[in-house]
Amino acid sequence: MVTFIIRRLIGAFLVLVAVSFITYLIFVKIPGGDPAPRIAGRTATDANIADIRQKLHLNDPFYSQYWAMMQSLFSGSLKSYSSQLNVVSEIKRGIPATFSLCIGAGIIWLGFGILVGVISAVTAGRWSDRVITVLALIGISMPVFWLGLIVRYLFAEQHPFSWFPDGEYVALTSNPWQWFLHLLMPWLVLAVLFIGFYGRVLRSNILDTINEDYVRTAKAKGLPPRRVLVKHVLRNSLIPIVTLFGLDFAAVIGGSAILTETVFDLKGVGQYAADSVQSLDLPPIMGVTIYATFFIVIFSVVVDLLYAWLDPRIRPT
Amino acid sequence: MPERLIEVENLKVQFATEDGLVKAVDGVSFELSRGQVLGIVGESGSGKSVTAMTLLGLTRDRNTRFEGAVRYKGRNVLEMDEEELQEVRGNEMSMIFQDPMTSLNPVYTIGDQIREAIQIHQRADKRTARKRAIELLQQVGIPNADSRVDNYPHEFSGGMRQRAMIAMALACNPDVLIADEPTTALDVTIQAQIIELIDRLKDEFNSAVILITHDLGVVAEIADEIVVMYAGRVVERADTRALFYDPQMPYTWGLLGSIPRLDRPKQERLHSIKGTPPSLIRTPAGCKFRPRCPHAFDKCMEEPDLVNRVEDPHHLDRCWLGVNEKRKLREATLAGEEEAA
Repeated sequence: MVTFIIRRLIGAFLVLVAVSFITYLIFVKIPGGDPAPRIAGRTATDANIADIRQKLHLNDPFYSQYWAMMQSLFSGSLKSYSSQLNVVSEIKRGIPATFSLCIGAGIIWLGFGILVGVISAVTAGRWSDRVITVLALIGISMPVFWLGLIVRYLFAEQHPFSWFPDGEYVALTSNPWQWFLHLLMPWLVLAVLFIGFYGRVLRSNILDTINEDYVRTAKAKGLPPRRVLVKHVLRNSLIPIVTLFGLDFAAVIGGSAILTETVFDLKGVGQYAADSVQSLDLPPIMGVTIYATFFIVIFSVVVDLLYAWLDPRIRPT
Repeated sequence: MPERLIEVENLKVQFATEDGLVKAVDGVSFELSRGQVLGIVGESGSGKSVTAMTLLGLTRDRNTRFEGAVRYKGRNVLEMDEEELQEVRGNEMSMIFQDPMTSLNPVYTIGDQIREAIQIHQRADKRTARKRAIELLQQVGIPNADSRVDNYPHEFSGGMRQRAMIAMALACNPDVLIADEPTTALDVTIQAQIIELIDRLKDEFNSAVILITHDLGVVAEIADEIVVMYAGRVVERADTRALFYDPQMPYTWGLLGSIPRLDRPKQERLHSIKGTPPSLIRTPAGCKFRPRCPHAFDKCMEEPDLVNRVEDPHHLDRCWLGVNEKRKLREATLAGEEEAA
C-alpha cells in the first residue's frame, strides 16, 4: 500500500513536469507569443523591446527560461507580464470562489445524478424513465454559456422573475446567506450537464448489474427488494461513477468551470485563466496549468485508492 | 410416511415476448417429501431451471403468466405476496446456482454474504451470525473456516465457492434445497465431492433436495426419483433404479446414451441426440419429441399423456411405442447398433 502511494506520487510529479513543460513550449513557440513587444507598448522603439528582452531573460535558451519561471512560480514571486500582479496571490484570490462553485455543484450533480439514474433504472421502459431520458439528453446537450445566460435572463435581478442576485461572488465568511444566493444559479447551471450524464451512465450500469447472478442469489436469500437494490445492485453500479466523479471534479476545480465562472462573473481561478489566455500572458497561464494539473493528479490518486477500497478484486495484496 | 413438502400441480409458466408467448413450463407436476432427493433432468431449454426458480417465485415479472399450483406445506407459492415470499426464500426453501464464479457478489466477503440471510430471517445480531457462518463453512468442508470467512469470493477456488454457496443456502436450515446445475461449472473431480456433500448435508439438516441437471450421471447416485423434462413438459418420471434400468422414452435413452460408459463395447463416437430442442413458442404437434425421435410413427402425431405403461405403477411416460417393441429398440440404441446402421 505504501509503495503504491509512493509510486503514484512519483508518477504525479513526472506528469506535473511534463504538462508544465509542454504548455510552456506551446506558448513560447506560437506566432505572436513573444511578450516583449506587447509589454513595451505601441510606441516602443527596438531598443525598448531589446531592453525588456534582456530584463525578462527572453534571449536565454528556452529551457533555462522554463527553469527560471518554475523557480519563481514555486517561490511565489512570479508576476504577470501584462498586469504585473503576483500570479500565486491572484490564483489564491480566485480559489474561494472556484472551490465554492465546484464543491456545491459537485454535491448537487452527484446527488441528483445518482437519484436520476436509480429512478430511471428502476422504472426502465416506463414513462418516468422516458421523461428522464429526454431531460437528461437535453441537459447533456445544452452549452453552459448559453444555459447560464438564459438562466440569468430569467431569474436574475431586474429580469422577469428577479429571484437571485446577478453574478459576482460573496465570501462565505462575510455573509453565508448571500454566498448561497449568489451561487445557486451557477451551481445548478454547472451541475445540469453532469446530472444528465451521470444519470445515463448509472442507469445503464444498474441495468447491467440487475441481471448479474449474484443479484439473483441475493433475492433467493429472501432479502427485501430495497436491500437487494442498495446493497447488491447500487454498490456495484456506483464503482465506475466514483471514477468519473473524481476526475470530473478535479477538472472542474482545476479550471474547467471557466465558462460558468465567466458567465456569472465569479472571479474564480477559471476566469483568471480565461483572461490570461486571451492576453497571451504566459506566467499566469503556467501558474493555472500547474494548479490544475496538481488537482487532477491528486484526484486520480484518490480515485485509485477509493477504487481499491470499493472493489476488493483490484486491491494490491 | 415422511412429511410432504412440495406439491407442484400442473404448473404452467409462460413468458410474453416480442416473438410470442414462450411456454417455458407446460403442465409439470411432481411431489417432494422430507428426506427425498428429486432429480430433474433435461437439455438446456427444457424448462427445468424455470420450474426451479418458480418454486421460489423468482420468475415473477410483468411479462410472466402462471397457471396451476406450487404448494409448499399446503400454501400456494404462486399466490403469496412479496413479503410472504421473502419469508420463504432462503429460510424455508433455498437455492444453489450453476456458476459459483458469478453467483457470489465480488465486493462482499464470503462471511458477509452468508450472514445476510441469518440476520434477516433469524434476526440474529452480527456476532452470532458470524459465528454461525463459520460453523457452516466448517460443515461444508472449508479448511480454516474462521479466517476464510473474511475472504472475498475471488480468493476462493471454484469448488470452494460452490461450497460457500451451499453454506449460504443452508444458513437458515431450510426444508428444501434446490440445486440448479450445481456441478456444471466445476471440474469433474470436484463434481463428485459437491454431490456427496449435498447428499450428506441433506441428512444432517433433515431437508429435501431438488437436483437439477442435464447430466443423468450426476443424479444417478443420490436421487430417489427422477423427472425427465423435454420442451417444458415431464416426458418420463420414475424411481431412479427404474429409470436407469428400464427407461421408456427414446429421449431418456438419448440422455443415457450420451454418458460415456466403460462397461459397454466401445463406440466409434459418443451418442448424441440429433437436432435441437423445439421452439417453445410454436411447439410441434403431437409428441414434442417426435421431430427428433428415430422411432416416430403415425400415432406420434397425437399427443401422448403422461401415464403408467409398464409393470411398475410409479413409472410414467409419454411414448406411444408398445412396451416390448420399445425394449428391443432400446437395447439396440444403447448398444450403439442403431447409430451404425
